Amino acid sequence: MLEVHELTVRFGGITALDGVGFSVQHGEMVGLIGPNGAGKTTLFNCLTRRYDADGGTVRYEGGNLLAVPPHAIAALGIARTFQNLGLFPRMSVRDNVLVGAHHRGEAGFLRAGLGLPRVRAEERRLRAEADRVLERLGLAEVAGHLAAGLPFGTLKRVELARALVGRPKLLLLDEPVNGLNSAEVEEFAGTLRAIRDEFDVTVVVVEHHMGFVMGICERIVCLDFGRKIAEGPPAEVQRDPGVIAAYLGTSA
Amino acid sequence: MSGSTEVTSKAASAETPGRGRAPGRAATVRWRWIVAALLLAAACYAPFQLVPFHVFQLSMVLVYAVALLGLNLLVGHAGQISLGHGAFFAVGAYTAAILLQRVELPYPLTLPVAAAVAFVLGLALGLPAMRLRGLYLALVTLAIAIFLVPLLKRFEPLTGGSMGLTLAKPAPPAWTGLAEDQWLYFLALAVAVAAFLLAHSLLRSRVGRALHAIRDNEAAAEVMGVRLSFYKTLAFAWSAMFAGAAGCVYTWVIGFVSPDSFVVTLSITLLAGLVVGGLGSFSGPILGGLFVMFVPGIAQDVNDAAPGVIFGLLIIAVMYVAPTGLAGLAGRVTRSIQKILRKE
Ligand SMILES: Nc1ncnc2c1ncn2[C@@H]1O[C@H](COP(=O)(O)OP(=O)(O)O)[C@@H](O)[C@H]1O
Ligand SMILES: [Mg+2]
Repeated sequence: MLEVHELTVRFGGITALDGVGFSVQHGEMVGLIGPNGAGKTTLFNCLTRRYDADGGTVRYEGGNLLAVPPHAIAALGIARTFQNLGLFPRMSVRDNVLVGAHHRGEAGFLRAGLGLPRVRAEERRLRAEADRVLERLGLAEVAGHLAAGLPFGTLKRVELARALVGRPKLLLLDEPVNGLNSAEVEEFAGTLRAIRDEFDVTVVVVEHHMGFVMGICERIVCLDFGRKIAEGPPAEVQRDPGVIAAYLGTSA
Repeated sequence: MSGSTEVTSKAASAETPGRGRAPGRAATVRWRWIVAALLLAAACYAPFQLVPFHVFQLSMVLVYAVALLGLNLLVGHAGQISLGHGAFFAVGAYTAAILLQRVELPYPLTLPVAAAVAFVLGLALGLPAMRLRGLYLALVTLAIAIFLVPLLKRFEPLTGGSMGLTLAKPAPPAWTGLAEDQWLYFLALAVAVAAFLLAHSLLRSRVGRALHAIRDNEAAAEVMGVRLSFYKTLAFAWSAMFAGAAGCVYTWVIGFVSPDSFVVTLSITLLAGLVVGGLGSFSGPILGGLFVMFVPGIAQDVNDAAPGVIFGLLIIAVMYVAPTGLAGLAGRVTRSIQKILRKE
């Protein structure tokens, strides 16, 4: 479904991604690990076309992803969450989630302004769907609240709900359990597993929390200084000397 | 006033069961429509109680409210800025005046044409302007307002140059039995109500959410599939269209246009009125319309020599007392009243 080949991204003197290549099969759950600054978020930003690649190719469902404009990514079925939350603070939780369904609606300025019956029907359909996703993630209680001021763990779930309501085929999660306590991490792992099956979604998840990644992913890709240093099943990657060195190197 | 107290307590009691959870949204929405209906009833009653001059003043409040409704779309909801909104107001006013005088078009037809001309101009100027941000955008929109007046003076055969154009005001049809000022007032009211409904339905839709998303977090909005340049440019064009419609009604109500009515100060007063009224709020444009209509005059009365200073001080005073604008203040007062009623 996704094939990344020789992907390179530079910022001035820094090479954030250096010839990275890997592929993701339909239905897989792939973990992307690596120390801080390894280039994981940069990779996500390339896949959602926020950053331009300086070299390499990305093919998604057979097409050239790097030729797609940023606003058209969602319609291709790629959704993401952000490392430091990318919510809309002055909108309600429900409206935040509804923005995630933006690409599934059609109403333009004139038709929306006139409130034509078709627009209303579309709105009802999307609202019902947003409410279902909110319910599914235990957010029904806070649906009417502004996003600003809710607990961090709740906001992480709002982001996930917002990504899911777009009916993505490929879900990119950037450090989804960062900042959660261990009980919440456990719970999130369960939710994510269930959701992958319910929504039939392929997942790439960036995470530092080893227990979480190792427990949930079928395959791990490890980056260090923009290079792929290991790839394979969790148990194998965990024993990889290069991976151990990379993590020990940063914690020392 | 006893009628409205009863409504308040009803809305408050409807909210009580849901207090621990999300505050009863349905009750809030219903409460809002009740207030809007009461206001509309009062607005229909007012012209029969007031002297013509005050009716005229209220008509102007409605005219400004329509312009601010458009500005609110752009500034309050889409998070962009415009210091040149007066220009689109002027374009609407002149379009109507020229059509009435040179083409002798029946006046109801001038409204869609004025709105369309302002929309197209807004689209043309918004296309390049909306690539800019913050101060650059402020500067470019300000430039639009600055260039406009000299431009109007140049096309003398069409615009009447610095003398402007004087026109006959729309006459009330005999069957209404209304005086001229009352008829003009109801025309303004009809346009204002239509504009409010249009903006309200727009903002509650996918489009309104896209604008809010752009205001709150552009990068995230784009990942969700919101095409930034498209929505920003159309928000600019739509806000210009509202201003153009307001300008058209201005011409109907005043029966006179001249370049001196649309100097740069108008653009700045409009923006100030919107901020004072309450950015991004439902009632902000009405409160802002009152502000634009009356505060410059009050400033003039307080100190004839330096009305600008008084005007500025008044803005500072309001923002000090009500940082989220008068609408925010009204909201706070309503909520505390509801709280008191709930305790009883
Ligand atoms: N917009 C940017 N401008 C300049 N440097 C950047 C930018 N984004 C990321 N980088 C750099 O690229 C490298 C990789 O960053 P990032 O992808 O955020 O790492 P990770 O998510 O793995 O912690 C870092 O050195 C970071 O400073
Ligand atoms: Mg990162």
